[in-house]
Amino acid sequence: MKIRTERSTVLFNTIGYVLISLFALLCLLPFLLVLSGSFSSEQEIIAEGFKLIPDQWSLEAYRAVFSNPEQIFDAYRVTILLTLAGTALGLFLTSMAGYVLSRQEFKYRNSLSFFIYFTTLFSGGLIPWYILIVNYLQLKDSYLALLVPVLVSAWNIILMKNFMKSIPESIPESAKIDGAGEFTIYLKLILPLSAPSLATIGLFMALGFWNDWFMANLFITTESKYPLQFLLYKILASAAVLKTSIAGNLSPDFKPPAETLKMAAAIIVTGPIVFLYPFVQRFFVKGLTIGAVKG
Amino acid sequence: MQGFLREWSRNRMLFLMIAPTLLFFVVFSYLPMIGVYYAFTNFSFDGGLFGSEFVGMQNFRFLYESGVLWTLTKNTVLYNLAFILLGNALQLICAIFLSELPGKWFRKITQSVMFLPFFVSFVLVGAFVFNLFNSSNGLVNTVLVQLGFQPYDFYLNTAPWKYIIVFFNLWKGLGYGTIIYLAAIMSISDEYHEAAKIDGANIFQRIRHITLPLLVPTFILLILLSLGGILKGQFDLFYQIIGNNGVLFNSTDIIDTYVYRSLAVNFDIGMGTAAGLYQSFFGLILVLAVNYVIRKTREDYALF
Repeated sequence: MKIRTERSTVLFNTIGYVLISLFALLCLLPFLLVLSGSFSSEQEIIAEGFKLIPDQWSLEAYRAVFSNPEQIFDAYRVTILLTLAGTALGLFLTSMAGYVLSRQEFKYRNSLSFFIYFTTLFSGGLIPWYILIVNYLQLKDSYLALLVPVLVSAWNIILMKNFMKSIPESIPESAKIDGAGEFTIYLKLILPLSAPSLATIGLFMALGFWNDWFMANLFITTESKYPLQFLLYKILASAAVLKTSIAGNLSPDFKPPAETLKMAAAIIVTGPIVFLYPFVQRFFVKGLTIGAVKG
Repeated sequence: MQGFLREWSRNRMLFLMIAPTLLFFVVFSYLPMIGVYYAFTNFSFDGGLFGSEFVGMQNFRFLYESGVLWTLTKNTVLYNLAFILLGNALQLICAIFLSELPGKWFRKITQSVMFLPFFVSFVLVGAFVFNLFNSSNGLVNTVLVQLGFQPYDFYLNTAPWKYIIVFFNLWKGLGYGTIIYLAAIMSISDEYHEAAKIDGANIFQRIRHITLPLLVPTFILLILLSLGGILKGQFDLFYQIIGNNGVLFNSTDIIDTYVYRSLAVNFDIGMGTAAGLYQSFFGLILVLAVNYVIRKTREDYALF
């Protein structure tokens, strides 16, 4: 009896290790391909195509990118500022709204919650939204177009509200009796108590701003205003040739690396996320398991 | 009105604190709803919102009679079904193995690796697709040539793209879903497994008769919730993989990519808005239906 049990466990573990390793490998593989592509030599790619392990390693693509790094630095600046401003402002509005909607004594909390929630059920669609932003708000090619239309999301407000509901009502009540105003209560008492959910929602917001390319695709036309992901998109589509100072000063039949350069640009744009990932992963995991219980 | 004034004087600060957020939703969600009127016009840029020619249901009739609506709906629904069913099954399997395998470091590392794709931009998926499938020097063709086959021009053939799209959807969502199922498994009391072990049940029997039955409610709930959004396409995924390659549209065009092209490529405002309104309207009905079903069966998980 005992032996039979062990044998089935060994079988289970073997299948499990093989299967999970395979999945993990498949998840990692595209990253490795792009990484090795970025360190390949352009001639080899042209002659033989991309390989998992290139015959010849080369830094030529990175050298080309950093020969004239202004474009990348511009995009980094746009994305970092956008992420910081968007997350700070968005978190402020989201937490404030969540606080108001969680207050028992606020009479309109349910109707206003529905007013916000309804926007997830029905929308006018992409085109009326676009026309409003471009024709009526005149935000075409403005940094504000990347920030304002995606500042808050109904889901985050609901998540925040549900979290703040779990804070005992007696805390704001007693502070009120002591003469504190609602904003002071929110700022001094509720925000510190909400730190875990603020961290989680804030990280999700930051990730959204960092990874966004869609808003820039719709609204930004000036190249120096491109955020990182959109610059990468343009480079991949060969619509924006990354400006390198290599092209001009070499022999006329020299072609600057184009294919490997795309891969190097992908690595440079994604690098910070992969680097930060181990440190922030647990906040996301926590947020998912809270949010999964009830959206 | 009396009641509102009393509430206003009592809780003025609360009103002020939520005012910017309400303004946001009025401007960016409710004002565009007026714009669904474009769907009933033959839009002209001179006319604008109410100056364009009113054509009634003509845009919808065209979408319906040309077969576009059917193709878009079919593609959107079938892709989403594949994403939902394959995704949930795969995530469930991973979660079960990860919950039972003994190696702590193995679990930690593989789980981290599987969650990584969730964090990267869809533009990077575009970079992967370029690296793997581009016709002049993609990796797949490198391998094909090395093995003595003819290179394959992916950009002219529709057949492989279904699988590529589904693969990258699964790739991106695997870690996320696994974590949710893992949390559900962790909430199962150890006592069941201990008792079954004492009774001599092996690991397969325990999973079959304890873990799986207890996960069925979570599984069904997640599937139902996803079904509510089955008309919403993943624009990022499709656009980064297919882009504006018209050759592939027949099997890869979804409502969202059609609406986008109506706006950005064809400038067909009326038709695009009509397709978007169709999606929003039936999407709302679907969510209401799903919510009704959940309310009947598991009331505390109903959306509203």
